Amino acid sequence: MKPKKRVFGTVLMILVVIFLYAPIVYTVIFSFNDSKSLTKFAGFSTRWYTKMANDRDMKDAIYYTFVVAVLATIISTIIGTLTAIGLSKSNKILRSCVEQVNELPMMNPDIVTGIGLLMFFSALHVDKGFATLLLAHIMFCIPYVILSIMPKLRSLDPNLAEAAMDLGATPMRALVKVIVPQIMPGIISGALIAFTMSFDDFVISYFATGNGVKNISIIVYTMRMRVNPSINALSTVVIALLTIGLILYNVFSAVVARRREREEKRLREQAE
Amino acid sequence: MKQFRRMTYPYIVWALILIVAPMLLIVLYAFTTKGNDVVTTKFTLENFVKFFSDPLFLKVLLRSLKVAAITTVACLLLGYFPAYYIARSSEKFKMRWVLIITFPTWINLLVRTYAWTGILQDDGIINTMLGWIGLGPYEMMYTEFAVIVGMIYNFLPFMVLQIYTSLTKMDGSLLEAANDLGANKFQSFLRVTLPLSLPGIISGITLVFLPAVSSFCIPNMLGGGQYMLVGNMIEQYFQSAGDWNFGSAISLIMAIIIIFSMYLTKKVDVTERGEADA
Repeated sequence: MKPKKRVFGTVLMILVVIFLYAPIVYTVIFSFNDSKSLTKFAGFSTRWYTKMANDRDMKDAIYYTFVVAVLATIISTIIGTLTAIGLSKSNKILRSCVEQVNELPMMNPDIVTGIGLLMFFSALHVDKGFATLLLAHIMFCIPYVILSIMPKLRSLDPNLAEAAMDLGATPMRALVKVIVPQIMPGIISGALIAFTMSFDDFVISYFATGNGVKNISIIVYTMRMRVNPSINALSTVVIALLTIGLILYNVFSAVVARRREREEKRLREQAE
Repeated sequence: MKQFRRMTYPYIVWALILIVAPMLLIVLYAFTTKGNDVVTTKFTLENFVKFFSDPLFLKVLLRSLKVAAITTVACLLLGYFPAYYIARSSEKFKMRWVLIITFPTWINLLVRTYAWTGILQDDGIINTMLGWIGLGPYEMMYTEFAVIVGMIYNFLPFMVLQIYTSLTKMDGSLLEAANDLGANKFQSFLRVTLPLSLPGIISGITLVFLPAVSSFCIPNMLGGGQYMLVGNMIEQYFQSAGDWNFGSAISLIMAIIIIFSMYLTKKVDVTERGEADA
């Protein structure tokens, strides 16, 4: 490539990065603004963080978002893993039926899934609140968990579990000791997808919850009309948590990869 | 292996209750009218007649399709170059670039959208900067422009990633072959790179167009309470107007349009690939 072209490309990429990151930086800066304005920076202060910490609704929203995300991740990962293993041993017709049904919440616009749940809960006269919110999150997380585990199961040798059982392992033991460890990467990525889906969800939660149970998305949505810089403070907290989470994840996977590399090297040296 | 097969039964029951039943409820409500209880259900097309005979509803539907189409085209134009650039960069930088592009999508959609409310204000940073070169101020907040900017901002990374993925699968020797056969850079892009990235373009289009058609929080936050797209209309019939039957009918119409357009894009994808193989 000619240097001139490369400069042109780099400039364009910088513009794209500015477009993607300016709003995030803007939010973080204005969360420390001393005035109520969203456009003029009047000096550094942490008053919006104090206000957020004293706002019951916001604190509750952070609490509910985390509790729902953690519970939905654990439950959907367990159900999804068991279902995926069962499906891999079932006949084709059943498998494709379940896969088709799983496509519904993944392909449908969220608003359609949301109003469906809204009508369903009210048809059963269920009080909407924490329980319905959690049910809805588990419902839309499971298909993603199954989807991320299925490819791993397909490449798994079906004789392994069989062999374990021939050697006297109970089916439960064969499942835990033989099948699960081999599909672990799929389970972990499924759990991560479930957590982020649940943590970020707005539309389905908006229709599936009630009785004052709100997550972070719903709080931002309901407070949007008044000028309220504590939303910026809340956003900054979300951004900071996410950044820390991503850094930890990357460091962790780098450490794991390095350890595996070292182990392999040692094994190779031993073999020699 | 029978023992393992049984593990699917709980989920099958669960899926029938929490996935299939709500969808059937939408269809049931869409074909009935208010005041009908389940015992005396009378099926009617009244809701659909109401929708298609009122120009107001059709206007909202057309506006949604227009906004989604503009967003999709803009994402395609803005997203192709970054995808190309990343696919061409060295292995070491590839993963970093992908992380840079995807990072914003991990942040809550509402948070990302709210961030634009300050930027697009009459005395916001864009109008201030335009003022330095003697332009503006333009009214941007609570306009269609703000809605489209918000949608492009939220959905652009999906387009970039899809195109990038299809570009990395491309065999680099094809470009060398095109070069050897006398094609210039522009020709080889048009005849080799572009057709080979078509699957990525098509999945990028679906990933942008579908959420753009049905979105209701972006138009509501950046377009203001008066600005209506199909998603907002459905929300209103459920949350404030309380006519679930008509709301269900609108969502059914929207779902059918979306399924139909996905079917079309898939068909285009298949025929294009068939021609490429032939």
